[in-house]
Amino acid sequence: MQPIHLAWVDYTVLLAYVAFVIGIGWTLARYMKTSSDFLTSARSIPTWVTGLAFISANLGALELVGMAASGAKYGIATAHFYWVGAIPAMVFLAVFMMPFYYGSKARSVPEYLKMRFDERVRALNAVAFAVMTIFASGISMNALAKLLNQLLGWNYNFALWICSGVVLIYVLKGGLTSAIYTEVLQFFMIVLGFAPVVYLGLKDVGGWHAMNHSLQGVATDPSALYLKGAGITYAADAWTSAWKPVLAGPANNPMGVDWFAIIFGLGFVLSFGYWCTNFLVVQRAMAAKNMTAARNTPLVAAVPKMLFPFLVIVPGMIAVALTSIPDKNYRIPPPIISQEVYAKAVDAVKSASPAESAAGVKAVGDALGKPVSAEKIASLIAANAANKLSDEQIEKGVYNSIAENDYDGVILSLVKKYCPPGLLGLALTALLASFMSGMAGNVTAFNTVFTYDLYQAYFAPGKSDRHYFLTGKFITVVGILLSIAAAYFASRYNNCMDIIQLVFGFVNAPLFATFLLGMFWKRTTGTGAFLGLFGGMGSSALFHALTIAHGNAPGIKGGYVHVLGEFPSEMAQNFWLAAFAFTVCFTLTLVISIATRRAKTDDELKGLVYSLTPKIKSDNVPFFLQPGVVGVMLLIACVILNIIFW
Amino acid sequence: MGLDIRLPIGLMFSLIGVLLIVTGLVNGADARSLNLNINLIWGVVLLVFGALMLLGAVRGRKTPPPA
Repeated sequence: MQPIHLAWVDYTVLLAYVAFVIGIGWTLARYMKTSSDFLTSARSIPTWVTGLAFISANLGALELVGMAASGAKYGIATAHFYWVGAIPAMVFLAVFMMPFYYGSKARSVPEYLKMRFDERVRALNAVAFAVMTIFASGISMNALAKLLNQLLGWNYNFALWICSGVVLIYVLKGGLTSAIYTEVLQFFMIVLGFAPVVYLGLKDVGGWHAMNHSLQGVATDPSALYLKGAGITYAADAWTSAWKPVLAGPANNPMGVDWFAIIFGLGFVLSFGYWCTNFLVVQRAMAAKNMTAARNTPLVAAVPKMLFPFLVIVPGMIAVALTSIPDKNYRIPPPIISQEVYAKAVDAVKSASPAESAAGVKAVGDALGKPVSAEKIASLIAANAANKLSDEQIEKGVYNSIAENDYDGVILSLVKKYCPPGLLGLALTALLASFMSGMAGNVTAFNTVFTYDLYQAYFAPGKSDRHYFLTGKFITVVGILLSIAAAYFASRYNNCMDIIQLVFGFVNAPLFATFLLGMFWKRTTGTGAFLGLFGGMGSSALFHALTIAHGNAPGIKGGYVHVLGEFPSEMAQNFWLAAFAFTVCFTLTLVISIATRRAKTDDELKGLVYSLTPKIKSDNVPFFLQPGVVGVMLLIACVILNIIFW
Repeated sequence: MGLDIRLPIGLMFSLIGVLLIVTGLVNGADARSLNLNINLIWGVVLLVFGALMLLGAVRGRKTPPPA
């Protein structure tokens, strides 16, 4: 792929965005007087702002890229990550859990765990979370710097440091409020930057029905577009129906999952574990100005979340449909290959003779280091021999014949295809903005947890607020520097990063069981929670060591001890792993709690456990605006969406 | 917090909207996507959105919302 050349207007849009986020930080700086202003926004932000920030903190750039990729690989069923894997959990958080988080006056999720259980549970959660946010931030910054390097030809180091520098300035100035405000800005950037791409893409394939029609053809022969290995076919609706292919069993949908794994593994364990316990998102709701605003935050967020599939998944489907229509002259981009390698492949085509096309095909394949379509290369060689093609034409031919897709490149290839200078700047700035606000989100969650749950709790308790305020600022700088280090680490040791993410998967899988029991069963003890969590983490590691996904060799992808079970896909393995870890953690916590003595009295647990907390009376809120009622309406809307795309 | 977020959002999108409109008018003939002058069209959309946000910010300033 040739680097994109930005026009002055694109750079102006980019600079305008950077100027505005720094300006916001600068303006907010004078309101930052205490540690609470800086780290928790002093609980003062209106609902619509926290709501959009809540959703925006989750819609990182990697999500944007990844969802378009999944849209191409799996079609509309990817929407399960939204309609099954997000909305119910968000409603649950709003209606049942926010009262404890907000009402307990905890400043962070680990702090709630300390109030409810004890220091051990808090320390375990705080350390795991702090390390995880730094790596998450590093992974995303590495992706950003690599993208700017490949796309715009920027120097990797320059891109990494300049973007981190901008984030540092505005977070250091305005703290959490700055991060939340820029997340709202980013929300509109993403929506308004990508909506025209979706619109133009749909128009190009001939509208929604024409797109579905093309996708039906693709589903019956996905190997033609290198979507699946040779010989795999699906029913015509595999890319266009969300439930029918899933209900038909793992062999009949491109995700390779069954309905139970989707509903229990994704929809319950993973989704509730993420949305209800991850401080990165919960922090946004905790910054709301009062209890009603805090409870409404996830509900406000659920509305755009429900509609996001049309913005982030549909582009992937458009890309597949376009690829299947020959005269659109588009393909899902192949893996990124440097210009020098392309030049070698072009030479190989030129020096090949049509009489010995098999040798020519092999030479081109070797030059590229990628699988190629023998048929396409052979016809390219023949065409070149018949009438001299230009280097550019040959390169285009080589590009089209690489028999492998880089799904992560889908969204950018569409942006490049449809956006003229101007709009291009807007779309790229939106992407850049979401990377930067992702880093800001991680860093603001990190500094709060570090300052309150580790530093104040274990290293320097009982100091003045000014002391923690300055510590928070200092930790912000440290957090950014650690993220940069993690980004370099990710760029050097990609495999280590895979292992680290795997370990975090183990840590997160059982978490929701602890919260569920802690919040709804007063008999749950600290020892039960602590050992249950450990047992859950251990069991997920064990599960991973003993199972494997179809097509993977035993090793980092699982099964390195012994293969007891095989799953049809990695996704299915993941969902079942989560379900297993949850069940183990739940059972262990339950049994150990019964066997151990309670350390906290009913009085101490008031406001922390459901049965011991007075129900919130919101008489001054009209019936149809009560969180419970709004939640039910959102769930109904979600069911309707599932039925429409059944 | 003392800053109404609608103000910077409104200002920024109005500015980008105007930029796109100008680009659309100047380059309209040769920077078309699917035969649409998308810069011009989308610039107008952004400008309208920005103006609505600014309107909200101005009205919010006159009548401070109950805390």
